[in-house]
Amino acid sequence: MAQITPRTVLKNLSERLGQRTMGTLRFAGGFGVLCGQIAKEAVTPPFYFRLTVQQVFEIGIKSFLLVAVTGLATGSVMALQFGYGLAKFGGTLYVPKIVALAILREMGPVFTSLLVAGRIGSGIASEVASMKVTQQIDAMRALGTSPIKRIVIPRLYACLIALPVLTLFADYIGLFGAMLVSSSELDISSGYFMSKAIETLRMYDLLTGMAKTSVFAFFIAVTACWKGLTTEGGTHGVGNTTTWVVVTSSIFIMVSDFFLTKFFILTVYPKY
Amino acid sequence: METALEIRELHKKFGDKIVHQGVSFKLLKGEILGLFGGSGSGKSVILRSIIGLEKPDAGEIIFEGRDISILGERDMIAVRTKIAYVFQNGALFDSLTVEENLAYPLEEHTSLSDSEILEKINDMLDLIDMPGSNKLLPAELSGGMQKRAGLARAIILEPQVILFDEPTAGLDPVNTKRLVDNVKKLKKKGNTGIFVTHDIPSAFDICDRIAILFEGRIYVIDTVENIKNSSDDFVQAFITGALEHAN
Repeated sequence: MAQITPRTVLKNLSERLGQRTMGTLRFAGGFGVLCGQIAKEAVTPPFYFRLTVQQVFEIGIKSFLLVAVTGLATGSVMALQFGYGLAKFGGTLYVPKIVALAILREMGPVFTSLLVAGRIGSGIASEVASMKVTQQIDAMRALGTSPIKRIVIPRLYACLIALPVLTLFADYIGLFGAMLVSSSELDISSGYFMSKAIETLRMYDLLTGMAKTSVFAFFIAVTACWKGLTTEGGTHGVGNTTTWVVVTSSIFIMVSDFFLTKFFILTVYPKY
Repeated sequence: METALEIRELHKKFGDKIVHQGVSFKLLKGEILGLFGGSGSGKSVILRSIIGLEKPDAGEIIFEGRDISILGERDMIAVRTKIAYVFQNGALFDSLTVEENLAYPLEEHTSLSDSEILEKINDMLDLIDMPGSNKLLPAELSGGMQKRAGLARAIILEPQVILFDEPTAGLDPVNTKRLVDNVKKLKKKGNTGIFVTHDIPSAFDICDRIAILFEGRIYVIDTVENIKNSSDDFVQAFITGALEHAN
């Protein structure tokens, strides 16, 4: 058995760090190259509208129930938590304002994107990776067609269309859930909840939330496709790809959300 | 005879592993050239280089008077309608039916009507002895049927050159014979092709000439008869070893 010494530990650590750094650089380079290819091929025929519509159905319509349940739960829990938390300070009546803002600006976009990263990101990655390891991507190229056009672009467009729509839907369902809980648990009437929410919310609250989801959608789709297209190592590789895409997309969503929020605070939201 | 395709001094390595170090040969119009070589000798890489799925490090692949090894993906599209690649496992799109798989290249590269496409698909399914299997998914096909459907999809655009990548690998004798018969039918129609295989009896049955790849180069290229009767020890060892293994 090899002896564990500080020297070997340090060596292993530096090796791992090196591998991680190389992996990140490879991803950044591959992501950039794929974005370039997309930009080039998205504007030249042939265009596959039917495939895009199919993907919108796969990504959008089939995610509605999941998004609805999550949206409802999120809105309800937030109303409950804020209600009991603010009750200590006599601030229960502020629940509609706070919950409405939080749902439209943060919770709706982020939770919906995380769900889509889990459900759709993994789906795209495993599908494309399976096609890669079974030579279907090679077959597509050998038959004189572009995998970028047939696989990547329809999925990207579908994500860019479906995710903001799903977010909009999640926002409404979330507000509905919050309203139900407010009236049943916090003695805030539905009419009061609605009027305060409408009074508080501005169009930019909705639009900035949807703008965030567009950024997330782009990242999820391109990352899933890139990782799928570069998968190697049979079914084991497909499994690794799927996990990697979900983890990477989720981290990106959480981290970039901070920077996007900061950006919107500086540029869009009014100064108080 | 006229040359359909020429490989000149092809070099390729993956990492430290040198695969090709000066592969050169000519494929004549109307012939089926058998390409033999040990496992990992780079037979399939030659085919993948011809179709543009791999880029050679050096060398030329001359088709229709120009070097296609330097073409980009966009320019290769036209070449890929004239050179077909038959994948070892068929590589059918598993979410599409047999009919949709066969329709794929026609919808992409021709302006045929739906009824004309269907007619062509049915003709092709008859040719590969799979009539009526239009609506089956690849998962519902046997290995042999998948390979034959892959063959049908590859040749449905009537390419000038067909690249067969171990089409009989893993098939039972009945399915091997069926596939060999399919290739013979194509040969009779005047098709040109490269037949990469370890299945030497099938290759002797189908091919006009045989090339043996060894240590990154073409060791010998000659007619089937001359290869069979070769006095070269390596050639004899290769074909008799493979024949014994096959038997």
